[in-house]
Amino acid sequence: MRVAIVTFPGSNCDYDCYKAVTELLGEEAFFVWHRESSLRDADAVILPGGFSYGDYLRGGAIARFSPVMEAVREFAAGGGPVLGICNGFQILCEAGLLPGALVRNRSLKFQGEVVRVRVENTSTPFTTAYEPGQVLRLHIAHGQGNYVADPATLNALEAEGRVVFRYVDADGQPTDAGNPNGSLHNIAGIVNEAGNVVGLMPHPERSVSRLLGSMDGAGVFRSLQATISRSNGALPSSDHMRHVAAGGFGHGGVA
Amino acid sequence: MTQFGIEVRITPRQGLLDPQGQAIQNALRSLAFDAVSDVRVGRLIRLRVAAENAEAAERAAEAMCRKLLANPVTEDFAIRVETGS
Repeated sequence: MRVAIVTFPGSNCDYDCYKAVTELLGEEAFFVWHRESSLRDADAVILPGGFSYGDYLRGGAIARFSPVMEAVREFAAGGGPVLGICNGFQILCEAGLLPGALVRNRSLKFQGEVVRVRVENTSTPFTTAYEPGQVLRLHIAHGQGNYVADPATLNALEAEGRVVFRYVDADGQPTDAGNPNGSLHNIAGIVNEAGNVVGLMPHPERSVSRLLGSMDGAGVFRSLQATISRSNGALPSSDHMRHVAAGGFGHGGVA
Repeated sequence: MTQFGIEVRITPRQGLLDPQGQAIQNALRSLAFDAVSDVRVGRLIRLRVAAENAEAAERAAEAMCRKLLANPVTEDFAIRVETGS
């Protein structure tokens, strides 16, 4: 599997994603600069977190016009799996590849904490490794993560099972107490109509090492690996699974 | 072609929670401005555009708003074209 990680000026989670793909999965990852117009031979694309273009105007608003986004749009239209994390999710919304928008947290603060997130849809390329209703502990780190959409969009998302991740409380319920940023319907992540473009505010790539407090994000990357190897007609590599189970990923911070 | 000054005012959509406006309202009330309500915080963008006439300048500004300056999901915009410039 070859994963393209798109880097914008101001991306800062690109190496975390790179390490999740290369060290957790043992697969190949490469960076694609935002000025490039090709994703080369990627099997999947990740738009990482950060503060592209300094979040000027609105988070993701300017990044969506980068040359690489035309390639991302084509890749998505062809059914290729695309994952937007945090700022990547904002960019996908601004680009119209996902519905809705992300506005200021209701707290008005940048929030960096570990939250509980329930997996609502296990049929996307990034969630097949989870159990339906499984509650994950994932890191969030954002100032604009408050998901909004008009009522018709929200109804469609709910009716079509396109809410992929939802913030929940200690009892696994999507209550106000379990909602860190004010997102409507406690939405933490969604998928497009075609089912191949997923965006979420929490950072699965920061939750792939015990050293960082949680391994619960690993399933996102393992799901992708399984999806790609299925579509390539190959079996997932069990060697990498053993490697990870032995704690092979836990050696220090990011580059 | 004439240069037109344009002012674009972008505000959070009616009905959408505006946490910034809320915080400012609370601060104003704590300063005893008790009569204050409905504080909303937006953004003002000034630019100049070369166009045939004021209508064309306004149309150009509207296209800019729809494409980049405002997010139609969360924001409303109003355009003012400065005449005689």
